[in-house]
This record gives sequence, C-alpha cells and structure tokens, in this order.
Amino acid sequence: MASYSTSEFKGGLKLMLDGDPCSIIENEIVKPGKGQAFNRVKFRNLKTGRVIERTFKSGESLEAADVVELDMQYLYNDGEFFHFMNPESFDQFQADESAVAEAKLWLKDQAMCILTLWNDAPISVTPPNFVELEITETDPGLKGDTSGGGGKPATLETGAVVRVPLFVQIGEMVKVDTRTGEYVSRAKT
Amino acid sequence: MISSWEPACSLELIRLRAELLQAIRCFFYAENVLEVETPILCQAIGTDPYLDFFSTCQQAGAQETLYLQTSPEFAMKRLLAAGTGSIYQITKAFRKGESGRYHNPEFTLLEWYRQGYDLQQLMGDVELLLSQLLPDGYFSEKAQRVKYADIFYQYTGLDALQFDRPRYSLVAGQLGFSEAISLCADEHTTWLDFLFSHVVQQHLGQAGLCMVYDYPACLPSLARLKLDNPLVVERVEVFIRGIELGNGYYELQDVQQQNSRFEQEILLRQRNGAEKVRKDERFLAALQSGLPDCSGIAIGLDRLLMIISQADRIDEVLAFPIENA
Repeated sequence: MASYSTSEFKGGLKLMLDGDPCSIIENEIVKPGKGQAFNRVKFRNLKTGRVIERTFKSGESLEAADVVELDMQYLYNDGEFFHFMNPESFDQFQADESAVAEAKLWLKDQAMCILTLWNDAPISVTPPNFVELEITETDPGLKGDTSGGGGKPATLETGAVVRVPLFVQIGEMVKVDTRTGEYVSRAKT
Repeated sequence: MISSWEPACSLELIRLRAELLQAIRCFFYAENVLEVETPILCQAIGTDPYLDFFSTCQQAGAQETLYLQTSPEFAMKRLLAAGTGSIYQITKAFRKGESGRYHNPEFTLLEWYRQGYDLQQLMGDVELLLSQLLPDGYFSEKAQRVKYADIFYQYTGLDALQFDRPRYSLVAGQLGFSEAISLCADEHTTWLDFLFSHVVQQHLGQAGLCMVYDYPACLPSLARLKLDNPLVVERVEVFIRGIELGNGYYELQDVQQQNSRFEQEILLRQRNGAEKVRKDERFLAALQSGLPDCSGIAIGLDRLLMIISQADRIDEVLAFPIENA
C-alpha cells in the first residue's frame, strides 16, 4: 500500500493510524522558531467515529488506508447481518451490527445510503441526511391543538423514536434529519 | 479549473500593509537607523538544521547553486562589520515546505540591528516599535519579559535547562501528548520544541506583548552565550496572542564558536537527511574582521498584519498567497 508524507496531508485523506483506518479532519503545521517542524493532525477513526489528535515530525509518513465510500442500496437484515447491494455492479455486502451502528435507526428496505469499505469490508454506514418514514406509534394529540408546541415522542417504522408536533398521527409519513435525529416536517404524499 | 486573478485579501488590508511599512520607516528614520538592501538571491545559505530552502542557478547547467535567502542575517552582519552602524531592512525571505495557517513559503521580514545594544535594550526597542504599530488600546496589560525556563516551568512543571527524559516523558503523557515520548526520544531540543509549541506558546501574549529570553543553550542559533550562566543563550522570541512574531539575539561575535556551530548544524542536517549546505565563508570572514557589539531581531510582518487585523490565517493578509501567486 502507498504511504503519504506529512507534506501531502490534507483534509479527507484516509490513512492507517494504530491499525485503524482514519480520515484527516484537520492538519496544522506547528513550527517553533527555527526549530523542528511538527504536523498536528486531527483524525476521525472511521471504525469508531472517534476523533483523535496526534502530532508527527514533519517529513514522517503514514500508510494509506484502502478505504472507499460507495452508494449502496439497503436490502434487508437477517437478524445478524445487514445486507447491501451496489446498484451498478449488483455486488452484495454484509455489514455487522457494529459497522451499521446508529444508521440502523434510519434504514428502510431499498433505501440508498453510503457504505464505507475498508479492504472491501463495510466499516460504517451513512444514511441519507433526510429520510421519510412512517409513524407506527404515538399518542393521539389533543383535538384542536395545531401549534405543535412541546411535541410528543413518536416511534417510526425503523424503530427510531423522534419528537414530533402534537398534530402528527399514526400512519403519517414524516421527514427526519438523520444527523440530528430531529423531525423536519410532514412528508408530502 | 477556473483560475482566480483577484487578490486573496481585501483592499483594506493592502492599504493597512502600506501604512505599516510607512510607520516602520518613520520609526527607524526618527531613531537614525539606516535602511539597507541585501540580496535575496545569494551564493550561500544558512545551515539551520530545520530550515529548507529554494535553490536555483544562473543558467541551465551551471555548476554554482544560488539560494533564495531564508533570512538576511549574514548579509546584514557583513554590512555591520563594514561599519554601517545600526541598520534595518524590510525584505522577502523564503522557506521551502512552510505552508499553513501561519506560514507562507515567501514572507516579509523586518530585520534590524542596533549597534551597542544588549538584549534588554533590544527588547525595549521592540516594545517601543510595536506600541507604535499596534492600534491604541490593543493590550490590556504591560509588556512582559519572562525567562524561557520560568515560563516553561509554569506550564509544564519541567526544568528546561536540565534534560530528564523520564520526567519529560511522564509529563508529556499526563498532558495528553504520549506520542512525544517516541517522537522526541532522547533529543532534548526536540522535546523543548515539542512542549513549547504544544503546551506553552498558546498562552503567551494574550493580554500584552510577551518576550521570552534566556533560551536554553541547546537552542543557540546565532546568539552569544550568557556570560554568567553557560546553560542559557542571549536569545529572545516575541509573542502576541500565542503567535510567534520574532526572534532576536545579542549577536555572537566569536568566529571560532560560530564556525563550530555551523559544523554541528551541518552534521545534524546530514543525520536528518536534509539538503546539503556549505558554510557561508564570507560571513565568517566578516566575523573574523570584527562584528561590532550589537543585538538584532527579525519580525514577521505578515503575522504582525494578522495580529493588527485580527485575521485567522496568513492567507487573509496576503494579496497573493502561494496558492494563487
């Protein structure tokens, strides 16, 4: 695998750090006077999502991580694995619970999402920023209340629970921002 | 790709820069310090172990390498040795590979030398000049002069002058920089560079100009050793709002010492696999003939403009940073 020197570091570059694939978030040169130059680098661990800061001597190299992000269609969950398909090549991938993590709250059959593959194995799943899901359970709102103030919890078809306005009812489709887990609006039908 | 022809900074900053240059020239004119010019394209280059430089030649296939200066220091000292008296210069310097939030490979320096000044007098000079260049009321506190070892101890609890590897390693771990342990290994200077830049520097000059002096003797550059303390050198660095603004010395006059520092630095460059350099023999000859007693300092004017305009990145004060130069 290729390696990258600190001079080639930039946001988005995927590298191996402590045996895990990471993506550079930020890279800053730190140079005291005429002294040794360092690169202070902020990484995201692509497996765990955790942010790590690390300093390198300028000129050091890190191994590149064989990481690709692909648009995939979510097929189904067999109880152990989540199955995805590349709609162009029809290649199928199975991701375990830890790779899918919170994304499973937003995955509906046939939905498109981004699968991150490391050495051809899925390590994380990113749902679309906005999804439209059906409400399967929520308390009936008070009659005549259309203000939406306060809101109430609602369970969606995928199992996610979001706060929705009081006037939204079971069976309705709602639009949710998956990055914040917040209700956006009723979905137009 | 669409190429943008427009300046990266605002027109306001271009005016601000012109005013800054004008104010500097007024200051030195009033102080009777002579403005000089020295070559940017030079026959020799500094041996600084951690500075990379751009090189070229006069014509294709020529044997002699020419260098874009990393600093005008040697040439200005040749002028001092020739008897100019106190001098200053506003010039461009170049450092290869230095590109980032506070770095552009080409940058503008103000460098000046005061004949007969020691380091404390030079710090007075810096204070006076900067108080004229910075907006009124920029600082809430008086300028601060602190010894390197004191400020280093304040933020790390470590003795900067006596290297104690286990203690340094322990503190690095406690501060969340355990990578320093293998990165710095048994090199005292790398440890100091690491801890100073990662732990200490951000605190300096937050409420007023901060000048750190009495640098550890292992970071000597071109400063003379302190007479009464062989562990430190007569070097000062200037900080405002955590940004390193300048580096100055009570200048080393001893040609023998200068020569052996060059040789040590050349060895260190070799060990680090840095590009080969030769000693600047003309500079050594000038020292041999006699450099007057003097102190000198260089201030980065782009960074000073960042401070004046409260810019976040050096690109915001440059008309054409390297990306669109």
